Order: sequence, then C-alpha cells, then structure tokens
Amino acid sequence: MEFITQHPVLVVSLVKIAVLLFVVMTALAYLTWFERKVVAHIQSRWGPYFVGAHGLLQPLADGLKFLFKEDMTPPTSDKFTYTIAPFLALALALTAIALIPFGPPSVQVLGQPVFVVSNVDIGLLFLFAVTSMGVYGVALAGWSSNSKYPLLGGLRSSAQMISYEVSLTISVVGVLLVAGTLNFNEIIAQQSGAFWHWNIIRFDHGAFPQIVGFLCYMTAAIAETNRIPFDLPEAETELVAGFHTEYSSFKFAMFFMAEYANMITVSCLATILFFGGWLSPFPDGWTWQLVLPGAGLVLLGMYCGWDTFVNMRGIARLQLAVVTMLCLVGGAICLMPAVQPVIQGPFWFTTKVVAFLFFYVWTRGTLPRFRYDQLMSFGWKLLLPVSLANLVVTSFVMVLPYFGRHG
Amino acid sequence: MSVPFILFFLCALLAVAGAILLIMVREPIHSALSLILVMMSLAVLYLLLGAAFIAAVQIIVYAGAIMVLFVFVIMLLNAGTEERTDWSRIAKPMGLPLAFFLLLVIARWLSRSAIAATVANGVGAPSNEGVSTRALSMALFQQYLFPFEATSILILIALLGALILARKDE
Repeated sequence: MEFITQHPVLVVSLVKIAVLLFVVMTALAYLTWFERKVVAHIQSRWGPYFVGAHGLLQPLADGLKFLFKEDMTPPTSDKFTYTIAPFLALALALTAIALIPFGPPSVQVLGQPVFVVSNVDIGLLFLFAVTSMGVYGVALAGWSSNSKYPLLGGLRSSAQMISYEVSLTISVVGVLLVAGTLNFNEIIAQQSGAFWHWNIIRFDHGAFPQIVGFLCYMTAAIAETNRIPFDLPEAETELVAGFHTEYSSFKFAMFFMAEYANMITVSCLATILFFGGWLSPFPDGWTWQLVLPGAGLVLLGMYCGWDTFVNMRGIARLQLAVVTMLCLVGGAICLMPAVQPVIQGPFWFTTKVVAFLFFYVWTRGTLPRFRYDQLMSFGWKLLLPVSLANLVVTSFVMVLPYFGRHG
Repeated sequence: MSVPFILFFLCALLAVAGAILLIMVREPIHSALSLILVMMSLAVLYLLLGAAFIAAVQIIVYAGAIMVLFVFVIMLLNAGTEERTDWSRIAKPMGLPLAFFLLLVIARWLSRSAIAATVANGVGAPSNEGVSTRALSMALFQQYLFPFEATSILILIALLGALILARKDE
C-alpha cells in the first residue's frame, strides 16, 4: 500500500497499460468479427455463424488456431529480420494507442488521469513519430522473406506509405493551425460546446471548417493502413498475400493485429482532431444525455434477450443468454448516478470510433481496388495538392483578422 | 541512481553499439537497422534533456523518413552483402592507438570546457518542463527567421537539383 501511494505515476501507469492492452486486444479480435459480419451482410451472406451464437466465439477460435499452427521460417530467409518484423509492426501499432485519450482528464485516480496512458505535451507529433515507424514492419517483412511476392509487396507498401504519409500529415496541419496546440486534451477541450463546435464544421474565433482536411485525412488514412481500395501491398490476385506471404502461425496473426490496431489508431485520431474526441454532440445543458450509455446497453440487452428466446437453440441460446446478462448488468451499472458522468467520455469516444470503423468496413464492401499507377497519381497529383490548398486557405482565413492592424 | 540516469547510460550504450554494428555487419539492411537504432537512442537522449519536440522530429525525419528511403532503395536495388577487403594496412597496427588518442583529446577538451563546469555544478540539469514547442517556434520564426528561410531555400534547391539529375533525357 505504501509503495502505491509513494509511486502513484508508476503504479497507475502500469495498471492502465495492462487494462488498455487487454481492452485493445479484445477489441482487435472482435473487430475481425465485426468486419466479417458487416462485409457478409453487405454481400448478402451470413458471415461467421457456427462458433458461438452469431459467431461470437469465432475470434477466440481463430486465435487458438493461430497459436497451434506450425511456425514456419523459410530456410533462405534472413532469420533475425524475419523474426523482428512482426514484433516491430505490432509493438509500434500498440504504442500509438497509448497516446490516445479515451475520456476527460478530470476523471482521476491517485491524482492520475484514468482515460489516457500518457498525456504527452506534443501528443500528435509523437503519434506521427510512432506511426511513421510502422512502415518498417512491412518493408522488413517483405525483404527478409527472400521471396519474390513478399519483396514486391513490401516495395509497393513502402512506396505507398511514404507517399500517403505526406498528405496525411499535411491534412492534419489545418487542424493544428486552428487549435494552436499539439496536445490531444487541449485540442478536444477547444471543441467543447456541441457538435457545431467540432473542428470539421467549426466557424468561430477565426477558425475555418476542416471538412476538406478531414476528407483528405480519411483517404490518406485508408491508404496508410493498406486497406481496400488501397490494399495493393496484399493484392491477392497479383501478389498472393503481399509482404506476409511467407509468414505463418502467430507471426502472421501479429501482422493482422497490427493492421487492425492501425485502423483503430487512425479512427481515434480522426475522432480527436475533427469530431471532438470524447465530447458529446449535444449541448451541455441537455442532462437527459447522461442516461444514453446505460439506456443503449439495456436496449441491446433486451434485443439479445429477445433473440435468445426466439431464434437460438441449444448451446447458442446459453451463450447469448450470457451476453444478454452482461449487457443488462452493464447497462444497470452505467445508469447509476455516480457512474453516469464518468462513462460519458468513453461512451461518446467509442461510439465515434466504431462509426469510423464501420466506415472502413463499408468501403471494403463497396469499392474495387485501385491500379498501382492510379494509386500513385491519385496520391501525388490530387490528394497532396488538395491538402496543401486546404492548408493555404486555412492559414489565409486565420490571419485575415490581423490584416490592417499595423497599417 | 535515478531512472533518467540509468536511461541515459542505456541509450548512450545502445547508440554506440548501433554505430559500431553499422560498420561491422555485412548485410546493407542490417546496417540500416543499426543506424535506426542510433537515431532512436539519440531521440531518447533528447527526451532526457527535456527537448520532446526535437526528439519527435528526430524520429519523424530521420528514422521515419530518411531511413525508410534508405531501406527502400536497398530493397529496390537488391544490394548484396558487402565483400570484406583486407582492411587498410595501416589501420591494423595504428587503428586502436589512434582511436584511444582521439578519445583522450576529446576527454581533455571536455574536462576543460564550460560544459564540464556546468555539469559538475548541476546547473545544466534539464528542468522537468523542458522547452515548449511554442518557445521553440517563437525562436525559429522570429529570432532566427532569416537563417531558417535561407535553409529552406537551400533544401529546395537541393531537391530541384536531385530532380533534374534524376530526370531521363527526352
């Protein structure tokens, strides 16, 4: 006990890291389930259905399968680099999430904010520093496999990530000009009020709506995370599986997890920069919004309960009954007056991030893949000029009030 | 021993080890990886000095951009492993003594310079707040505006020069 009170930063940080790691890993696993389900329904299929009710245990089965598969290392590969590449990819992807604030800094335990692992003063720059290293995982994996398809996939991916990182960074600078700070909590706090104060449409105090910046950011982010329609590094019709062709077992799973973790990171960043982070879209005076998280969970639980008794049979019925109970109990906890204000931040943050993830999956279900030369000319000849133009226009609007002040 | 103290020696050691590995390993990609290790350790050293902005920029620019291009080019050219020559004939007997002598000169200069005095007095110890990004940009865009813009133009010229050199003749 004495140790805890003496070193609050260390102890609280370690606990936060452990909890965040558990939450993010679970979220990653269920993101694959979410993606398969949504894409399946877009394509008029059922998706995973047999492992658990509605395939809810499918991620667990997949994880076990990855663990028990034989871990092959090609004999001609560069052993050290081949082994380190997936670790690099996953570690960097997870490090980025440590910088994301999931809720207001005012919620504290032992004087430490609960909802962010590390509130860095220059959070945005650090996030870019970490994500800019992410390309190594892919490039090294492609090179060290010592095989044609992975090398081509790795080369493509490096070129693509370098190209789109420029647009990604420049599209965000507009928000930085409006905010005047690199700290996530400050950027979010400036957007408080209601949804018309969010950076994407905000038009007060010399701010300029960043809708163009957001569109550029989202496009570049999809390309940066190697997702359809920009998933050329792993275009299966041309390159088998791209940079991770030679990878098997859990090393392959690590690349997979890194890709989904990157998706979560860029969605979180879009939420923070353009959509007010953990802020509610409604004015503060509307107190009824406090019950929304609990009410949502209770409604979900009621739907699950209906599904349990009407559609499910046998073991699936039992499994869904457990989900129902979890939702109802969780909803009841969220409805308690003491918990209501605490849960607001994470609730809105998660809602927005899930909306972005749905958008990701939606794009995957809708759009065909780019051709490689189209990808490059799109990135350099359209996306980069547009994001630069957004930057110029934003800075022009920002300095307009200062014109004539000295003259 | 405080945590920053241990971190300093760890990162200093990693930086030196990375620099030695960079020369010793024969695979070009491994050399590039060692150089990235050096960059990262340097970034942590900047962090320990309280210069968070410089640390982030160090990673973004050097490790995240320049070294990615290095790795990219090595992959693209599919460069083979280096061939070991018999080193230089003079390096074998003279190398170690000369290196030792150089270290001695540096140590002597350091111990007499103003840095040693400030370190001994603990004056130069970094504050916890470090340098704010705002203060840095104020210095960069007001006090040192001309050198900053001149460097930008210099880099632009280098960029254009590289483009012209790399362009194929029509």
